[in-house]
Amino acid sequence: MRLLAICALPLLAALAVLGLPVFRGRRVPVGLLAVIALTHLFLVATLWAVPEPAALGGWIAADPLGLTVLTLTSVLFLVTVTYTVGYLRREKPRSGRVFAGGLLAFLSAASVVSLAQHLAMLWVGMEATTLSVAPLVFLRRDRRSLEATWKYLVISSVGIALALLGTFFLASAQVDVPGRPLVLPDLLEHARELHPAWLRVAFLFLLVGFGTKMGLAPMHTWKPDTYAEAPSLVSGLMAGALTSCAFLGVARVTEVVMAAGLGSFAQPVLIGFGLFSLAVAAVFIIGQSDVKRLLAYSSVEHMGLLVLGLGLGGVGAYGSMLHLVNNGLSKGWVFLVTGNIVLATGSATAAGNRGLIRTLPVSAALLVLGLFAVTGSPPFGLFMSEFTILRAAINAGHPWIAAAILLMLAIIFVGMAALVLGMALGEPEPGTAPVRESPWLVAGPMGLAAAVLMLGVYIPGPLHDVLARAATALGGTAP
Amino acid sequence: MHNAARLVLLLIVLSDLAVLGTTRLTSCIRGLAAQGVLLGLLPLLLAPQLSVHAVSLGLGTVAVKAVVLPWFLARAIREAAVRREIEPLVGFIGSQLLGALAIALAFAIASRLPLPPTQQSLLVPVSLATLMIGFLVLTTRRKALMQVVGYLILENGIYLFGLTHTESVPFLIELGVLLDVFVGVFIMGIVVFHINREFDSLDSTRLTELSD
Repeated sequence: MRLLAICALPLLAALAVLGLPVFRGRRVPVGLLAVIALTHLFLVATLWAVPEPAALGGWIAADPLGLTVLTLTSVLFLVTVTYTVGYLRREKPRSGRVFAGGLLAFLSAASVVSLAQHLAMLWVGMEATTLSVAPLVFLRRDRRSLEATWKYLVISSVGIALALLGTFFLASAQVDVPGRPLVLPDLLEHARELHPAWLRVAFLFLLVGFGTKMGLAPMHTWKPDTYAEAPSLVSGLMAGALTSCAFLGVARVTEVVMAAGLGSFAQPVLIGFGLFSLAVAAVFIIGQSDVKRLLAYSSVEHMGLLVLGLGLGGVGAYGSMLHLVNNGLSKGWVFLVTGNIVLATGSATAAGNRGLIRTLPVSAALLVLGLFAVTGSPPFGLFMSEFTILRAAINAGHPWIAAAILLMLAIIFVGMAALVLGMALGEPEPGTAPVRESPWLVAGPMGLAAAVLMLGVYIPGPLHDVLARAATALGGTAP
Repeated sequence: MHNAARLVLLLIVLSDLAVLGTTRLTSCIRGLAAQGVLLGLLPLLLAPQLSVHAVSLGLGTVAVKAVVLPWFLARAIREAAVRREIEPLVGFIGSQLLGALAIALAFAIASRLPLPPTQQSLLVPVSLATLMIGFLVLTTRRKALMQVVGYLILENGIYLFGLTHTESVPFLIELGVLLDVFVGVFIMGIVVFHINREFDSLDSTRLTELSD
């Protein structure tokens, strides 16, 4: 019942917002958003305390992997809603119903993706996340956001179409194998009987398809444009939650491939995509002048690290799961504070933005801290997860991969620090007065920052347990 | 039934080539609508006996792929007042040749695939050919609207492959897939409309303000 409610409640609210005449006009129903966000998070939290059996004939269940992504999405959504309160005092979207309806539809679709045990249902949810976010990217309705929305829609749609083909290939691998078609537990139970040739093709198509949605290089080209043009709170939700859902798609097929004993085929492919994404991020981060584009390439980097961890196996799978949580929280954090800079100064570019630490002290400090967190500096959580992935590389007998990762992380750090520190420090332009920062705009990022900091020092027992079980399902081990 | 299905599949390949070879956008959309009708017939012809599942899948497909989406795209053309695809990135004769190549390639690949024994041997090669031709249209046409048409043809190819699994994929899922395609094209259509208003053209190659 709770599983169904988690998926259906935001959907019903979205339909109400889009359909009922009460919600016409520019006013955004923040109250409704807050009620849904709180109820959703409460329901998700009860899943941690009291597990729920599978529902809908085994189609939806909260397994460790899905529960991790679901919780991350729910937390980020609540933070985004609190931020929205402050955001709406500065900027009014043209249509309140599109804004609220898109957000709510996204929450519902992401919940379906997280809980889906039927891989075709997972696909339907994934496509729905793409579509629900598209109107939000187009919120400003000018030329630049139009171009970004078009690129995002076309590239993601083609990617996700390939994933659908991959899903059908997986069904082909399952012909003459006992078990319900495309239902994950049945696929895993009979994994060794699956047709290996079909399974390999299915893996490649699903990896490329969902990898496009994750923004793995070379399918990442939509990402910088989309994140730069979308309102920052939407970019944060995309970089934190939507990419995590897409990673879940990749993780699901990896589970099956590992259970089928095809790890030696899948792992080099995952490592290849991971290293290439890191390299592309490192090249494009150098010399960036726009913080949001910079963060988009940073997202490409972290998506690369996620599949790298999966590919390295062993403790790498645990590292990936931990990194998923860390990356999601920290991306929400940095995009929201970047949003504050955009709200105050009108842009997130280096031109004209200097000495922010004087004019926007809290946001600028959070941005600098975020720089260190996102680049994996201690004591933040990302240091721990990146360190675990590095350890997996060495354990697996690939010291050169570890060296390559370190080199690219160093380049990325230099590139990001050059831009962010240049904007935060120095003398502000003459005539710029300090801006009063609304608590609604800084409370959310502060909370996320505290969580990322905590994960670097201490991982709560239940979380460790869930991540360890997810890592085992992915063919890895817990440290 | 067997021969009828074979005929329909061949007609689908012809409709692919028709879309690939026409300059008039309205003709392309007619080709797409015809393909939608053919796709809707297939579940009925391929099913061993008429079932509620096959009939509703066929009806749903015709409704979405042959009526609603083509109508919506035709409306977008009327409002945007564009008629022709001018100067595609690959010329029309070139695309016909590439289309023929795609069909040959599709048959070559399908003969090597470890296919499950389906009742219709043409299904998979036609699906792959449609998929590749859709991708060709998507990547070589300049008009944003033609790219939507290409995406729909690509989706149709995938739908054809999905028909090898109609018994194993539940109806609810197929409904979800159709709904997603529908909403996707709907949003794309709205964006196309705005591209026309902002840039006075549906030419997606003009979308070049954003780059590194």
